[in-house]
Amino acid sequence: MASHPYRDRDAMRRCVEAIARRVSQPWTLMEVCGGQTHAILRHGLDRLLAPAGIALIHGPGCPVCVTPTARIDQAIALARTPGVILCSFGDMLRVPGSGEDLSTARARGARVQVVYSPLDAVRLAQRQPQDQVVFFAVGFETTAPATALAVLQAQALGLANFSLLVAHVRVPPAVAALLATPNHRIQALLAAGHVCAVMGLAEYAPLVRRFRLPVVATGFEPVDILQGVLRAVDQLEGGQARLENAYARAVTDGGKGNAQRLLETVFEPATRPWRGLGEIPNGALSLRPAWQAFDAEARFPLDQMPESSHPDCQAAAVLTGRLTPTECPAFGRRCRPEHPLGAPMVSAEGACAAYFHYRAPMEEG
Amino acid sequence: MCLAIPGRLLSRSDEEPLFRTGRVDFGGVVKAVSLACVPEAEVGDTVLVHAGLAITRLDPEAARKLDGWLAGEA
Repeated sequence: MASHPYRDRDAMRRCVEAIARRVSQPWTLMEVCGGQTHAILRHGLDRLLAPAGIALIHGPGCPVCVTPTARIDQAIALARTPGVILCSFGDMLRVPGSGEDLSTARARGARVQVVYSPLDAVRLAQRQPQDQVVFFAVGFETTAPATALAVLQAQALGLANFSLLVAHVRVPPAVAALLATPNHRIQALLAAGHVCAVMGLAEYAPLVRRFRLPVVATGFEPVDILQGVLRAVDQLEGGQARLENAYARAVTDGGKGNAQRLLETVFEPATRPWRGLGEIPNGALSLRPAWQAFDAEARFPLDQMPESSHPDCQAAAVLTGRLTPTECPAFGRRCRPEHPLGAPMVSAEGACAAYFHYRAPMEEG
Repeated sequence: MCLAIPGRLLSRSDEEPLFRTGRVDFGGVVKAVSLACVPEAEVGDTVLVHAGLAITRLDPEAARKLDGWLAGEA
């Protein structure tokens, strides 16, 4: 097998031709995963599909981008607490809270440690029993199993100095909220394949029934994404609305997998605000009562801070697919990765960052 | 952060399942990864790794089907 069989230009061209042969009218598809948004822009899939009348719009697929400023403010407050080390994924560091970001706080003396995995935070807590280690648990259902495993490991090791600031969110409730919005443009949904690899397809079945639209579990390489588009277009052209799996090598249709069981052992659905989208019923995950001892909110006095985003940031419209990043007046001018107004320009998965990196701002402006 | 990356399992540790790790090769970069969710994974399998945890094992049969489509067999 070639090193990247699913990035092969010829294979991509054949997929696009197959899609173009099926299309008789324009269609608008939404993906809800920053990894897919970046792959689409990086490989120019939007431009390959535009002549066939296929528009790809981007949903709230960036967990960093939907973490409320109030939660980031709490993370900063924890990092400033004597005796506390806040562990975070690297892409959280430059996301603005209501005032500063974690990176600035660290430069001013707050203890912030970048980790690749929540399991690294457990090892840090093991090595440094004199410190309280708090992991800033950001991410979708893809990341939550690793966080859940960290909790189980910390318990097995008897660690009293490990806890979580939980900001995990769930994709299907957010999609349901978007689909319930009047005048949305979404005609089919490419469901993020790695969320489906953990959770299976079952959560999408009620959405397919309620909103009567095709939902296709889709992978991340360009050929995978085009295969998802092809299946969705096939359904749209045939007047169908089914749940389909275009990422069969990672997503199995039947039964709960170990990662889902792990997630559900430790977490349960909860209602918390999403940045830019507000409260989404059951759109978040919280620790189950049995694991409350690992909740940083129970362990440390944390203020409930007001939500406060930059007034010129249009992140809410970008996150809901109503605005393409390049349509924002601040894009590439006052808002750039080195001085962002909002999270989607900072995060490696943010839609604004994807357009900035793969579409020269000058070209659009 | 949210992106899972496929890699090939090179070896497995013999710790208890909760702490079991494997060395996984991501195109030349080798990292230790938790195998807590993929107890069935064998050396040589491709696993999908997210935030230090292998969340699933990729199905080679399904991959061959896609390869077949790309080769014009379907």
